[in-house]
Amino acid sequence: MLDIKNLHASIEEDGTPILKGLNLSVKPGEVHAIMGPNGSGKSTLASVLAGRDGYEVTEGSVSFEGHDLLEMEADERAREGLFLAFQYPVELPGVSMSNFLKHAVNSTREHQGKDPLSATDFLALMRENAALVDLDPALKARSVNEGFSGGEKKRNEIFQLAMLSPRLAILDETDSGLDIDALRVVSAGVNKLRQPDRSFVVITHYQRLLEYIVPDVVHVLLDGRIVQSGGKELAIDLEEKGYDWLREETGVPA
Amino acid sequence: MSTEYLQEVADADYKYGFVTEIESDKAAIGLDESTVRYISAKKKEPEWLLEWRLKALDHFLGLLEKNEKPEWAHLAIRDIDFQSISYYSAPKKKPQLDSLDEVDPQLIDTFNKLGIPLMEQKRLAGVAVDVVMDSVSVTTTFKKELREKGIIFCSFGEAVQEHPELVRKYLGSVVPRTDNFYAALNSAVFSDGSFCYIPKGVRCPMELSTYFRINEAGTGQFERTLIIADEGSYVSYLEGCTAPMRDENQLHAAVVEIIAHEEAEVKYSTIQNWYPGSADGRGGVYNFVTKRGICEGRGSKISWTQLETGSAITWKYPSVILKGDDSVGEFYSVAFTKGHQQADTGTKMIHIGKNTTSTIISKGISGGQSQNAYRGLVKINRGAKGARNFSQCDSMLLGDRCGAHTFPYLEINNPTAQVEHEATTSKVGEDQIFYCQQRGISETDAIKLIVNGFCKEILAKLPMEFAVEARNLLAIELEGSVG
Ligand SMILES: Nc1ncnc2c1ncn2[C@@H]1O[C@H](COP(=O)(O)OP(=O)(O)OP(=O)(O)O)[C@@H](O)[C@H]1O
Ligand SMILES: [Mg+2]
Repeated sequence: MLDIKNLHASIEEDGTPILKGLNLSVKPGEVHAIMGPNGSGKSTLASVLAGRDGYEVTEGSVSFEGHDLLEMEADERAREGLFLAFQYPVELPGVSMSNFLKHAVNSTREHQGKDPLSATDFLALMRENAALVDLDPALKARSVNEGFSGGEKKRNEIFQLAMLSPRLAILDETDSGLDIDALRVVSAGVNKLRQPDRSFVVITHYQRLLEYIVPDVVHVLLDGRIVQSGGKELAIDLEEKGYDWLREETGVPA
Repeated sequence: MSTEYLQEVADADYKYGFVTEIESDKAAIGLDESTVRYISAKKKEPEWLLEWRLKALDHFLGLLEKNEKPEWAHLAIRDIDFQSISYYSAPKKKPQLDSLDEVDPQLIDTFNKLGIPLMEQKRLAGVAVDVVMDSVSVTTTFKKELREKGIIFCSFGEAVQEHPELVRKYLGSVVPRTDNFYAALNSAVFSDGSFCYIPKGVRCPMELSTYFRINEAGTGQFERTLIIADEGSYVSYLEGCTAPMRDENQLHAAVVEIIAHEEAEVKYSTIQNWYPGSADGRGGVYNFVTKRGICEGRGSKISWTQLETGSAITWKYPSVILKGDDSVGEFYSVAFTKGHQQADTGTKMIHIGKNTTSTIISKGISGGQSQNAYRGLVKINRGAKGARNFSQCDSMLLGDRCGAHTFPYLEINNPTAQVEHEATTSKVGEDQIFYCQQRGISETDAIKLIVNGFCKEILAKLPMEFAVEARNLLAIELEGSVG
């Protein structure tokens, strides 16, 4: 599904290296968790994978379903089935949720050689997926993320994930900002979306999320590299001990 | 891509003979008393109108001599030689084509993108329309319906002949011939335009649009429109069309006057899509328009809604004089500029009556190397007790070589007035575009979505069929206009 080899990426503007030789391999149907301290490069990894401007890949390769991911434009990657649930979802004033999603869904369908959804089918799909994450129907009628609460924005990301049926979904701190009940609902939604041919990369700071969305592998990202991988117990260890012991072990300065 | 595209479409006009040589029926080049006499005689006008034109001419020539052209607008205007223009030519005849198959497919493609009905496409492309289904007969049906209600809707020239008392009473009553440089010029040499009178208590049953003004008044260089809504009447008037309009006349100086009597309401919607000039900034229409309405009677209302995308230079401030107590003035505008276009547009709301209310919402979108300015005046006179105004001016920049400017002027002479002004400038954010792209939406479509979202509340003010075309037009204009 996803094969990242020796990925090096830096900030385009000033050349600051952020990712420094990152390796990660995700197989179909797997859920991988990525944990790591603030500023270690988790969101940068997500951005580089999704094709955001402003980063330069200086070394390494990324293959996604056999294609060279780094060769593709951001919108192409999305249409190929890569989805990013943003850490900070963006507001689009005046752009209605339904219009936005209609464009999104139909661009992807067109890419797959399918006809655009009829208005009825589209509305039914909206309803079904909103129910999946218990999204307030009123939000569907509003502009994309405009005036949404922090938690509503996060819920909306998973709603969009469901609408777009991606092959690989990267969740960047979807749990932050969600209250306890919302966390449970959204996690349950994600679990329902788990499929043998769909993979997840879940970025989080908290072990609690991983109790709901149980990962196959947990990785620790430190200073632009994955320095430790393990089972879900690793997350429990981290919660207890923090990252310092790993820093010492790997010789990364705090 | 879109500038080129429009250019191609515009050039196609020539290729397919849309613009042919002007007929010999044409005033000599230059402007003096004889030009005005010639025009007036050609139109068989009464003596009073000739006198009126001559006084306007006198005023205009005076200004010209003193070189008192409006200089304050935020525009760079190459000098216009007013003596090298021909001020009258009879409506041009287009060569008739037999079917749409003969029309440039690219032009048809634009029409389709705009959602222009087939019948309308034929008219715009100069195809002969068949007798049964043609728009002329539709027009005739409409006209009959209007006549039954006592509504007068005709060319200005026809109104001068058929309803001289109305024309004489209202002409220049809102925009005096000495109002400004271009209004004076228009008053002296106006060619034709539209006239509309809605009698007391009548709600005009349809949108009065230039669409079925066919063969009556070719859109002229110096158009004159006069709309009178008598007590308690209502009319929605649509000007312009979304199809790319090429005109070889560089200078356009139109005047629109609206009079709303007690409890009357006039809604005036415009889509302006004149030729903006080539991609490198050559040619294009200079559009200097004076549009003004007066809320004469108590409780009357005038609304201006406009989508401005065309012309090399636009200089336009649809205004409302709120004279009647409790009257309402509104101005809703989207001005989109790209390439080397310059737009200086806005409104004037003059509050005279008590408890008068005005609302101004202006959305400027600038791309390419264009300059887009909002200029607005809110004036509250001494007697305008309890007057209220709300103004909101938002600008959006596409790229960083363009400019957006806001010049709000306030003159408040009554302490009970409430005036509120909000202004924002935003750049279409890279993060917004990326967010859309991450959902599979192309960059171009993302920009269209974001810009359409930005002007949504204005486009929603346009009458339904116009609104759909307006959205399509914006989409076409936006293609490749970034950077
Ligand atoms: N576009 C950018 N411009 C400048 N610096 C950047 C940019 N993107 C990331 N960085 C820097 O790169 C480093 C890694 O940032 P990143 O957002 O990837 O961290 P993170 O692991 O997601 O942290 P957090 O847990 O706080 O979300 C930080 O020092 C950040 O300031
Ligand atoms: Mg982050």
